[in-house]
Amino acid sequence: MDKLLAGNNVAVTEDGYLEDFNQWSKEIASEIAAEYGITLGEDHWKVILYIQEQYEKGVPLSIRSIGKSGVVSIKEFYQLFPDGPLKRASKIAGIPKPVSCI
Amino acid sequence: MGKAAENGRVRKIMLILSKATIDNVYACFILANGARMEGIEAEIFFTFFGLEAIQKEKLEHLHVATVGNPAMHIPTMVGGLPGMEALATKMMKKEMEKLDIPPVGEFLEILSASGVKLWACKLAMDMFHLGTEDLIEDLDGVLTVGDFYDKAAGENTHLMFI
Repeated sequence: MDKLLAGNNVAVTEDGYLEDFNQWSKEIASEIAAEYGITLGEDHWKVILYIQEQYEKGVPLSIRSIGKSGVVSIKEFYQLFPDGPLKRASKIAGIPKPVSCI
Repeated sequence: MGKAAENGRVRKIMLILSKATIDNVYACFILANGARMEGIEAEIFFTFFGLEAIQKEKLEHLHVATVGNPAMHIPTMVGGLPGMEALATKMMKKEMEKLDIPPVGEFLEILSASGVKLWACKLAMDMFHLGTEDLIEDLDGVLTVGDFYDKAAGENTHLMFI
């Protein structure tokens, strides 16, 4: 289905994840973040760029791997993206819904 | 999510870990971590043998049970031979590492950093003659059963015994 994000019609899944990463933009990210009450700051962007890089490399994400990234600690990750950090950060970053249980 | 589903959503999971076989410990940890990943609060009450999972000296030496465990698919007599538990545990840990599942000590650190509350059972500690100095630094405290039920207060809290 399509969703109007930052003035563009963007194809999203039923859960609101972008269907096509090429449609992603920083404005779209900010708008999705705002739905969660998150205002994206410098630390958020660092995490978003990191998980996008991992996605492009085909590396599955987990809380453990985020903690080991050197970009953010697990505690900070939960503070930056409260209530489900991996899922929310992935949605904001425009990558598919994570499938990891850890 | 629809309103009905949102109202019935699990808000908090209270896990009671009473065993220290590695499969039980991991089931408990993965459920707690998975809850936090969904924005659900999680607390673990370590009681009886579950206390081994938070004892500094013991937590990296937990085993899978090879005796009395039909899912191992080896004869009970063979499962009882010296070294069998260690061997089966080593094989299991190798498979878990491949799936990015952390060792027990690191997993506890991840749980604590993720906001999972870790509680030790007072009665079981007395029974095993344990003090807080024997337990991990990340422990949030020692509780009675009554204290634990107090922590469970609130709507849509679920309790699970492992």
